[in-house]
Amino acid sequence: MTKVYVPLDFAAQAMGAERVVAAIEKEAALRGVNVQIVRNGSRGLLWLEPLVEVETTEGRVGYGNVKPSDVPALFDAGFLFGGAHSSSIGKVEEHPYWKRQKRITFKRCGVIDALSLDEYIAHGGFRGLARAFAIGPEKTIEEIATSGLRGRGGAGFPVGIKWKTVHDCKADRKYVVVNADEGDSGTFADRMIMEGDPFSLIEGMIICGHAIGADKGYVYLRVEYPQTAKVLGKAVELARAAGWLGPKVNGSNDFAFDVEVRIAAGAYVCGEETSLLESLEGKRGIVRAKPPFPAFEGLFGKPTVVNNVLSIATAPMILEDGGAAYASYGMDRSRGTIPLQIAGNVKFGGLFEAPFGLKLSEIVNDIGGGTLSGRPVKAVQVGGPLGAYVPVSLFDTPFDYEAYTKVDSLIGHGGLVVFDDTVDMSWMARFGMEFCAVESCGKCTPCRIGSTRGVETIDKIRAGENVASNIDLLKDLCNTMKFGSLCALGGFAPYPVESALRHFPEDFQKPALEAAAE
Amino acid sequence: MSAGVPWDAARAQEIISAHLGLEGPALPILHAVKKEFGYVPEAAVPLIADALNVSRAEMHGVVTFYHEFNREPHGRHVLKICRAEACQSLGAEKLARDFLAQLKIEWGQTTPDGALTVEPIYCLGLCAHSPSALYDDEPMGWVDAERLNEIAAEAQNK
Repeated sequence: MTKVYVPLDFAAQAMGAERVVAAIEKEAALRGVNVQIVRNGSRGLLWLEPLVEVETTEGRVGYGNVKPSDVPALFDAGFLFGGAHSSSIGKVEEHPYWKRQKRITFKRCGVIDALSLDEYIAHGGFRGLARAFAIGPEKTIEEIATSGLRGRGGAGFPVGIKWKTVHDCKADRKYVVVNADEGDSGTFADRMIMEGDPFSLIEGMIICGHAIGADKGYVYLRVEYPQTAKVLGKAVELARAAGWLGPKVNGSNDFAFDVEVRIAAGAYVCGEETSLLESLEGKRGIVRAKPPFPAFEGLFGKPTVVNNVLSIATAPMILEDGGAAYASYGMDRSRGTIPLQIAGNVKFGGLFEAPFGLKLSEIVNDIGGGTLSGRPVKAVQVGGPLGAYVPVSLFDTPFDYEAYTKVDSLIGHGGLVVFDDTVDMSWMARFGMEFCAVESCGKCTPCRIGSTRGVETIDKIRAGENVASNIDLLKDLCNTMKFGSLCALGGFAPYPVESALRHFPEDFQKPALEAAAE
Repeated sequence: MSAGVPWDAARAQEIISAHLGLEGPALPILHAVKKEFGYVPEAAVPLIADALNVSRAEMHGVVTFYHEFNREPHGRHVLKICRAEACQSLGAEKLARDFLAQLKIEWGQTTPDGALTVEPIYCLGLCAHSPSALYDDEPMGWVDAERLNEIAAEAQNK
């Protein structure tokens, strides 16, 4: 029976994947052909979704942007044998966008049936866990430390150190908490891995739990991802039924571990680890002052590892191949690979996993194919709503935590939002402040009041009111927020604003320019 | 469809009781209440507060902190249009503003016939298909004015 792959990924669904599945089933029944539809994750060639793949003797052949109305023609063209059709992209794994990547975290994503434990295991699943059980907690943590893996949520804190800290704490309970509150615009890597390879996250959580001495893990998942909740929830059930979760995890002596998926409720600030913990406890998502750090006093006051989805989902590969193998990729203190998310006004938007060190010029122009609108690129916002707008003049900065810090930017979660030359940067700066005002938890004054004052001040500048002195005031305000806020929301909200001011000053002088032109 | 069943205190109590075995059950309870009734009715707050042994004020604080827990019923359908940066890079802001103007409502409001509530959302993780939106449970990428008009029409008829 021919296998036809149609991604269950949310982005593929947004482009009509479910209707394509129905159309293929209907057409196959009509023609009396046996096809087995497999629901894989997305390979990340997102501009081609829904990307339908057919398994042939030559390998998997892809058909991009398939619409339900294309399906009869695809059957006519013999797509079940890889036949030629205008939507054909040839062998998917020969596609340059796929071939150029170094897939470690995402090696199975899009390749396997997302919810098949058999396929997961056939593609190396649970080997990392087996090794973790064999070498024990201390050596497991050493491997993670050797890998150089840093928190992929954006803060970039060494994962090994965090795990060791919690491991060394004495407590009656400890927790693993996965931060799946991926709220940054331009990011979707967490969503993709949870939908396309959910068992890798579960395996990573078991490895972490075993290493630190926790028997319970929570995934705090944003409510904006209904499909992720379905897929991950199902994966947890399957893993439990097969004995990978529960009172005695497969392959362990007597290690008990379970996972619960908790749905968030639409507050961006809950992506900050301490407000996430408050929210998990059932309270308002108000940021806690640090110290104490969650590693010492986290969920319900117990020592807790809070890690991003990608950090945890990478742990199995690190255990399987050894920390040194992972560390052999990357540059300087940014080791391994980073799943880049190329988004916004870009031709070939998608997920591109590569070792650290790529330059924006390669990522945006070469890999991303430039803007979708065909106009010149003006700026790329790197690292979400709290990230800086990077101008073309800085496109040669290598993608690396420290290199970005040096140019007053941050790589965050690896999300890149491309803007063409029609964007008004003073408007985007205003939006950055407005977003912070909407999402501020309200605990500290710089963030709560500063963001509202920021919106007002930018409005004055945009109206041409005392522009020079208001720009000074805005810079001063940004400084106060940066150094006076309790957490990264207020502390980083100035990044987009300051970068817009620094690199695109002309966008803040519009009324004056317009007046001069008249 | 987002409309739930009419308020029923006994049913609410059942939902609350079913979650009391969880650690920190407030959010799961609120989600379940919303799922049942389509919103978090004011009358649910004291019930949850009692069950969790916290003050009403504290529970009110929790409910009102989160965008997800609407305290008034929505229209028959809910359209969430993304306002985040990636979607803005391809004109989402103007698209949404024009659509709201055409419906003669503001963000968060429902059309007078009760058919459609339009809310802002900050990122659906569909940033390679901007502008994006979520109509009830259906995600949509590369949304344009035509698609939004279709939704408005469909919402009216169902």
